[in-house]
Amino acid sequence: MKILVPIKRVNDYNVKVRPNQSNTDVDLSNVKMAVNPFCEIAIEEAIRIKESGNADEVVVVTVGDEKHQEQLRTALALGADRAIHVKTENPLQPLDVAKVLVKVFEKESPELVLMGKQGIDGDHNQTGQMLAAMLGLPQATFASKVELQSGIVEVTREIDGGLETLKAELPAIVTTDLRLNEPRYASLPNIMKAKRKPIDELDLGALAVSLENRVELVAVESPAERQEGVKVESVDELVDKLKNEAKVIE
Amino acid sequence: MKTLVLVEHDNAEVAAATLSTVKAASSLGQEIDLLVTTSSQDVVQKASKIEGVSKVLSFVDGQFGNEIAEDIAECVVQVANDYNFFLASSSTTGKNNLPRFAALLDIQQISEVIEIIDKTTFKKPIYAGACIATVKTNQEKNVLSIRTTAFDKASAESGNAEIVEMPLTDTSSKKSAFVKNELTESDRPELTSADIVISGGRGMQDADNFALLDGIASKLNAAVGASRAAVDSGFAPNDYQVGQTGKSVAPNLYIAVGISGAIQHLAGMKDSKTIVAINKDEEAPIFKVADYGLVGDLFEVLPELESKL
Repeated sequence: MKILVPIKRVNDYNVKVRPNQSNTDVDLSNVKMAVNPFCEIAIEEAIRIKESGNADEVVVVTVGDEKHQEQLRTALALGADRAIHVKTENPLQPLDVAKVLVKVFEKESPELVLMGKQGIDGDHNQTGQMLAAMLGLPQATFASKVELQSGIVEVTREIDGGLETLKAELPAIVTTDLRLNEPRYASLPNIMKAKRKPIDELDLGALAVSLENRVELVAVESPAERQEGVKVESVDELVDKLKNEAKVIE
Repeated sequence: MKTLVLVEHDNAEVAAATLSTVKAASSLGQEIDLLVTTSSQDVVQKASKIEGVSKVLSFVDGQFGNEIAEDIAECVVQVANDYNFFLASSSTTGKNNLPRFAALLDIQQISEVIEIIDKTTFKKPIYAGACIATVKTNQEKNVLSIRTTAFDKASAESGNAEIVEMPLTDTSSKKSAFVKNELTESDRPELTSADIVISGGRGMQDADNFALLDGIASKLNAAVGASRAAVDSGFAPNDYQVGQTGKSVAPNLYIAVGISGAIQHLAGMKDSKTIVAINKDEEAPIFKVADYGLVGDLFEVLPELESKL
């Protein structure tokens, strides 16, 4: 069985991203970039499935400029077998990424697609669902547990009231939540080995995906700053302020 | 053209999130219809009482007892011709269903809308709420998921919408099936709509200590939340998590106990009216957003606070 893992290059999650000076976009110059945390979890899960003997090959794919190869190398160092780089200079929106992934899916015919539930940059939480829709395949989003049975994947999902378990026929699209696993670190020998693993390059233009400027970014601003408040010295003072100053308790 | 709002419910009550979504829809200035997929007629009746709604399109069948995204998306596609806006809340249900529908209609969805400026221009947080993006759509039809804490609620009782029973085609999904639910039992108000929220973080040290929050929550009729650190350490269930990847809350009062205040946590609570931080580390970033900060050991502060409420 083959598992396809689409991944995304994003800002490191510890970095607080700010608007640029002209408030037209975010300022990512000099910001440390990394594999999106949810994608790391998807890579880890795919590798664990392979290690358990339930998959033969883990293929990672990303869509973006030349720098995205760094994140593909990271995935290869973690244990992915090979990588596909769909090259484009333009940042794409989830609908377009899903269309690109449809082409990659058709070329690779994986039994399972494992991907993050959202990028921590755009916070869209759309691509996996869109890919499943376009392929007419079942989806299991926000997975905190993934179990493969013959021809079926059973997924425990994180929902607002607790957990829900679904069964889906393969091939299926599964998006990962934080609780699914604890991603490993790449060892130095594996980082060296990853340099020899293959990265296939595809040009976005050659994939015949029609892209349109559907939703434009008009402005990016900082949210209203909260005023730093006061420190209170005692529980009595706190209760008094909440009752008489903020008037939020009785 | 008209606006269609997807109703969320538990087959008994309409979710508060839907009332906020209807309120958001009303600012588009068009006729609003609702779409309900459910196993219960009760929910359809209740939905028809929501303020400002013209029609409720009702898909009632046993297969909708548990919402499978594949089925829901197909129901929305069936009626999509009459509408140019499709809204649902950005709950896990909305997040699961909306993009699937949007892709079937070849629409780029706009997620987590916090402000509707006009029919083409919307605001939404990006980068864990560190920036607010204004986006403009060039699409004739749009799909919006609504950050419900940014909108008031429509009245649940002043409406009188016409109920339209929709013909059921066999949408029972053959490729996926519901197995089971494990819902968190709680007498407390629901986290995203609670007036007061008290949350614990890594500083709580273990799951038993979360009981220290319960006493205070009972006295204040508050919901209990948690940081990712507390959830990952197994101190609290996953669905308690407040933050970028959990729930967004904006209560009147948010009490953060033993929570450092990482960007990802602040993303889910910094629009609260009043924020209180209780933390023994006076350098913790949470104090930068707290209206009232108390530097102290939570194991001393919490029992004292409970006794004084």
